[in-house]
Amino acid sequence: MSASTMEAALLLAGVLFMLGLISVLIRRNIIFMLISVEIMLNAAGLAFIVAGSRWVQPDGQVMFIFILTMAAAEVSVGLALILQIYHQLKTLDSDAASFMKG
Amino acid sequence: MELTFYIAAAVAVLSTIMVITRYNIIHALLYLVVSFLAVAVVFFTLGAPFMAALEVIIYAGAIVVLIIFVIMMLNLTQEDVQREKEWLNPSIWVGPAILSAVLLAELVYIVAAGTPPQTEGAVVAVDAKLVGLSLFGPYILGVQLCGIMLTAGIVGAYHLGRQKKKVIHRFLQERSAAA
Repeated sequence: MSASTMEAALLLAGVLFMLGLISVLIRRNIIFMLISVEIMLNAAGLAFIVAGSRWVQPDGQVMFIFILTMAAAEVSVGLALILQIYHQLKTLDSDAASFMKG
Repeated sequence: MELTFYIAAAVAVLSTIMVITRYNIIHALLYLVVSFLAVAVVFFTLGAPFMAALEVIIYAGAIVVLIIFVIMMLNLTQEDVQREKEWLNPSIWVGPAILSAVLLAELVYIVAAGTPPQTEGAVVAVDAKLVGLSLFGPYILGVQLCGIMLTAGIVGAYHLGRQKKKVIHRFLQERSAAA
């Protein structure tokens, strides 16, 4: 893999991460925010894979497996939280959940 | 191989842009699956075939299905038959279909081309065996921590997702029965 392709792959990871970050910032629907976090985690994993591919070592892929595990755990807990918020507030608007009274 | 990478990267960026600009969650998820598939192709071209398979199975499979199940459980009220009919409009699924078709064409090309002759600067694949040896060798502590985290995730998801029943103390029950 040539150096320019490596740079392009890292650029791709950066672009995907930025798209996820923008989506977290501009969206108010809480499910969309969770999806955006998934996009960002995926982009971070892509950067690890690129690094592992550059040095032909398995360490980057091991890190990607860890990120994958974390993303799976995160999405399950996050979706449970979304269910609770929807049952309490009857909306998916994240601004409606801006107070912290129990 | 490099052209494959660039096409898949373009598909990934395009479909991710479509994800973050959709108003309907299901449409966004449709593009999200395409985005994950495109990233899986990128992994394949970068010499990580095992990770490409995991990306398809876990991200495009499990996580997206989990989100769809939760959307179904939320039982959003404004959906009716008319809306369902509207969703099957060709203008909605033709976008993801074209992007997936590009990825399929790449897959067919890779399979048809067979193993390319090893040239200078070619991709060296790090296969699953090396990853497994590394995972259960130097990184065994990380694997155990992942197990603990997954356990905590299961318990947390169960606790948070449970619908709590309203429990009245027996004194209050007697009082409400007397009243």
